[in-house]
Amino acid sequence: MSATFLGMPGSFPNNAEKAVQNSQLRYNLRKATHTIRGRRASVVGELPDWQELRAAGKAIKDETLRHLDRYLLQLEEAVTDAGGHVHWARDAAEANRIVTDLVKATGETEVVKVKSMATQEIGLNEALAEHGIAAYETDLAELIVQLGDDFPSHILVPAIHRNRAEIREIFLDRMGDAPEGLTDEPAALTEAARLHLRERFLRSKVAISGANFMVAETGTLVVLESEGNGRMCLSLPETLISVVGIEKLVPSWRDLEVFLQLLPRSSTGERMNPYTSTWTGSAEGQEFHLVLLDNGRTGVLADEVGRQALRCIRCSACLNVCPVYERAGGHAYGSVYPGPIGAILTPQLRGMGSDLDASLPYASSLCGACFEACPVAIDIPEVLVHLRAEAPHGAAERAGMRLAGWVFGDRARLAGVQRLASRLRKLVPKRLPGPLSAWTDTRDLPDIPEEPFRDWWEREERHGRP
Amino acid sequence: MGAREEILGRIRQAVRGAPEVEIPRGYRTAPPVDDLAGLFAERVRDYRAIVHVLPAAEVPAAITELVRGRRMVIPDGLPPEWSEGAEPAGGSLAELDAADGVVTGCAVAIAETGTIVLDTGPGQGTRAQTLVPDYHLCVVLAGQIVAGVPEAVARLDPSRPLTWISGPSATSDIELNRVEGVHGPRTLEVIVST
Repeated sequence: MSATFLGMPGSFPNNAEKAVQNSQLRYNLRKATHTIRGRRASVVGELPDWQELRAAGKAIKDETLRHLDRYLLQLEEAVTDAGGHVHWARDAAEANRIVTDLVKATGETEVVKVKSMATQEIGLNEALAEHGIAAYETDLAELIVQLGDDFPSHILVPAIHRNRAEIREIFLDRMGDAPEGLTDEPAALTEAARLHLRERFLRSKVAISGANFMVAETGTLVVLESEGNGRMCLSLPETLISVVGIEKLVPSWRDLEVFLQLLPRSSTGERMNPYTSTWTGSAEGQEFHLVLLDNGRTGVLADEVGRQALRCIRCSACLNVCPVYERAGGHAYGSVYPGPIGAILTPQLRGMGSDLDASLPYASSLCGACFEACPVAIDIPEVLVHLRAEAPHGAAERAGMRLAGWVFGDRARLAGVQRLASRLRKLVPKRLPGPLSAWTDTRDLPDIPEEPFRDWWEREERHGRP
Repeated sequence: MGAREEILGRIRQAVRGAPEVEIPRGYRTAPPVDDLAGLFAERVRDYRAIVHVLPAAEVPAAITELVRGRRMVIPDGLPPEWSEGAEPAGGSLAELDAADGVVTGCAVAIAETGTIVLDTGPGQGTRAQTLVPDYHLCVVLAGQIVAGVPEAVARLDPSRPLTWISGPSATSDIELNRVEGVHGPRTLEVIVST
């Protein structure tokens, strides 16, 4: 059973410091992010109207959020009319309780799962386990993570931090029915997973999924995937339970024409992902339950700057272009949502009460590559800066900033301090003592010049010109 | 207060006074494509599927060549000449699993992305029938091919369960190496009937 991220100790700088010393991890991450970056660039470049699609995607999501109450009610009515059941969950505990009760009502003690960020966010597998229900992840990467008792580290490729040799070890140790003589060829490992899961798919009575999109107008849910494990879970079991964040909505059926172009190209870097399934209510006689999840989303919605994070369609393009993610890896973010989008989503969903969550808005150099890559134009640097202002600041930092404010507030005062600093420049250490070391531990202190620029300028102005 | 009312109340509180939104739709809704069948075939091949482009009159014989003597799942409503020579497979999950393959038509196909869409209509089978067998032979009529995603979305009926297929099942979960054939049919063969 994969562990839960909730209550993870540490802070981003501490986690990152450990991660960057792991050369295998850095190699795996660099290879993976650069490969997928190249693929994305080539298929995005094929579409002459990419920026128009991006503008439409952004606006459709903003419109959804602006009238989210209305669209949710419309969705509820459409799903119900099509024979489905809709449940509302304020938080993780409520969602877990609803799903547990629904599974218990079927009498089953095993469920198969399609990869779902929302159910990881609420710790559903652990909640089900407490009630004697075993949840089996069926996405290959999720299976690797679950068997390895590990954390996912990427939105799209959760086992991106593992290489083939490590995956072979995990399969041999934990899979039970792993074939003898299993090699570390990706094709052989994939075949082992296929055989391992096939029988389970054919006998499972209950499946749990998330969804990439929900269409308010028609009540349709949409899942994009590659392996076919999604199709197995969505179409074979008698009961399907989908847990979906309330922001995953789009208003109309037509809106899918935008997102079914934006998402695959941004995400896997393909013109289209191998399989997309859509269904409305009870499809082919299946029992269908939809659990609509808030769990902090309405709090994010209330923040005028931060609410744009709810436009996210979980493509992971921002992770793949981020210089910080490429080096620190996904685990450092201590959340199911890693990378730049995680750095703005996690502190908003969970608050900034823990050291880890308060450090996330700083997990960025503000280079802006994520904003460029985002298919729904989330201005991640803008939200990061906004959250930095809201994050708790230590007494030393506040005192330092007050002092800096006082110095910079008056021209003569600034000139005086600069001259003093130039005179004392030999005495300034490379690393500052006490609480000030928080600054110099991660940054080089700039050399103080022999003469302040202003003094130099004044002298040159007076003597240097004819 | 119930969860539903509470969540709706929080939303109304959160968005009070937020600006209204205009949706710009300046993207292409009908990209110009000269040779729909040709582009579609090329893009499906890119996914490492097998593709044949044939005149309509030659299609039945080509299918017979592919399915002769094989145990094939034959969906309701499939034109009889699209399965001649095949042995019909049974309908239970175990029988689907043991079958050699399935032969279907489709609802719509998209040239730009090399995508086939099934809507469980006549000749397209149930979702299980096109998923469990390891080989999927799909016949696409030239008139079913549209240029881009927007035209396909407009032609499809959201009340039906849809399966969009772009190549055989695949994964890139191990070091981002693409491996074809995970849980869905490992071989996808497409006949474009012109």
